[in-house]
Amino acid sequence: MTMHALEFEQVRKVFTRKDKSGKRRPLRRAKQEQVVALEEISLNVERGQVFGVLGPNGSGKSTLIRLVSTLLLPDSGAIRVFGHDVEKDPFAVKRLINRVSVDAAFFKKFSPLENLMYAARLYGLPQRSAQATMRAIMTRLGLKESTFSQPMEHMSRGMQQKVAVARGFLTAPVLLLLDEPTTGLDPHSKRDVQAFVREIRETHDATVLLTTHDMEEADRLCDRIAILDEGKVAALDVPDGLKALVPSSNGDRPSLEDVFIALTGHTFEEKEKPE
Amino acid sequence: MNGLVREMRGAYAFVERNVNLIKRYWGWEVVWLIYSLVNSLAVTYIGAGMERISGQALDTEYLITYLLVGTLIWQYLSVIFYAISEMIAWERWEGTIEYTFMAPVSRPTHLVGTTLFAIAYGIVRTLVILAVVALFFRLNLGGANLIGAVLMLLAGSVSFVGLGILAAVLPLLYPERGAQMTNAAAAILLLISGVYYPVETLPRWLQAVAQASPATYVIEAMRDCLLRGRPTVELLPTVGALIAAGIGVIAVGLAVFRVVERYAKRAGRLKRSG
Repeated sequence: MTMHALEFEQVRKVFTRKDKSGKRRPLRRAKQEQVVALEEISLNVERGQVFGVLGPNGSGKSTLIRLVSTLLLPDSGAIRVFGHDVEKDPFAVKRLINRVSVDAAFFKKFSPLENLMYAARLYGLPQRSAQATMRAIMTRLGLKESTFSQPMEHMSRGMQQKVAVARGFLTAPVLLLLDEPTTGLDPHSKRDVQAFVREIRETHDATVLLTTHDMEEADRLCDRIAILDEGKVAALDVPDGLKALVPSSNGDRPSLEDVFIALTGHTFEEKEKPE
Repeated sequence: MNGLVREMRGAYAFVERNVNLIKRYWGWEVVWLIYSLVNSLAVTYIGAGMERISGQALDTEYLITYLLVGTLIWQYLSVIFYAISEMIAWERWEGTIEYTFMAPVSRPTHLVGTTLFAIAYGIVRTLVILAVVALFFRLNLGGANLIGAVLMLLAGSVSFVGLGILAAVLPLLYPERGAQMTNAAAAILLLISGVYYPVETLPRWLQAVAQASPATYVIEAMRDCLLRGRPTVELLPTVGALIAAGIGVIAVGLAVFRVVERYAKRAGRLKRSG
């Protein structure tokens, strides 16, 4: 039996939130509403693949990533990373993964070196080799040596996100979770990050789970793509396979956006809702 | 061996991170130190002014030392309590909570690192306050048992580590109000533990509650050491009881933390913004 890098087996996740629609009576507990984030998701990611999860905000992409990150527990079903169950064996999973999220979460007054050294120590890396690795990755991502020691709060969003990418790769994870890593970046920074992901895919034995709502990015980087809509997998295939689901119009090859509209009946913008 | 080295590196991550936080937020640190210092001086001046307040002849030097011991011990114990209880609140405020919780570091290692920093930070801070207060008052510690006092302080630290762990779950359970709840918990300990007055001054029902606070025993024993020179050997039963109770509270704290962390992961409360 082949071991997958990542397996989702009928994973369901529901959140309970306060219902803010109705009037709340004083001293009475607010009504609760159930929001289904993921509905019986089943999919496998093969080792060495860049697997894309495409969907608008609120489709369940971040929930998917946070479940693999052991930050959330599924209500039912199972998630396995190289055979390790995220709920039963979270420590083994944590040693295999790292994550770059849409919001570069750092100690903002710390420098990139201080933030990355904190991460290196959390992952048990020796100081000397970690320092050499972090400098090499940041330089490769186009960050200048002079920025390594300045507080993160003085850096642009693009530079902060590059430090986040460096932190993600610092621990040489075998499964890298990229949660909208290029959202909000300028075109130049976006290209740098995408080139680095491609390079990692070619030179390292890493599997990448990439969530994005950037159709072009998904098309360019991913080996396989799942389109997520309202917590369900609407389609899953290689990019060309997804495009083949939709007939071409006026002789133009369909884009992934055409596929999304055809499968869900909505444009991407219509489906956007706050997460 | 590799596992142990990795855990030690993990624990050191929290020590180094907290030292860096102090360096980067040094302005806040200075303000907080001045506040604590002025607070200690103000409380101690109550002792200095008691003769004038009451119009009767009193042993002012004894009163000053009595209040000073209370305020200094409280400064130290509350630093430990806050440093540990705020470990979640800080992460949430900085936005790093998700990153720290997905790292392969066990929660005991997380707490060991936070505790080592808290004890070192508490000692340095208390010594600085003591040094400045000594410039204002003539302290007579000639007959004091200083070794016994240090022993009591370390024994008391163990219990406060446990209480800090228990309070640290509040920001996990209540992302918006949890940090304020830890302040309320500290204020209750201050009220009942005989920091500025004998516990016997309190109403009977509060005296009963005070028996559950480790600070009650630490402060009472510290006063015995510093004001009355009580020998170390007589303190040993209290030291042993405090350490045993402290280990028990830490074990309960870790168990509660584990349950609450699981609940937070189930309910989606580990988000940075809450």
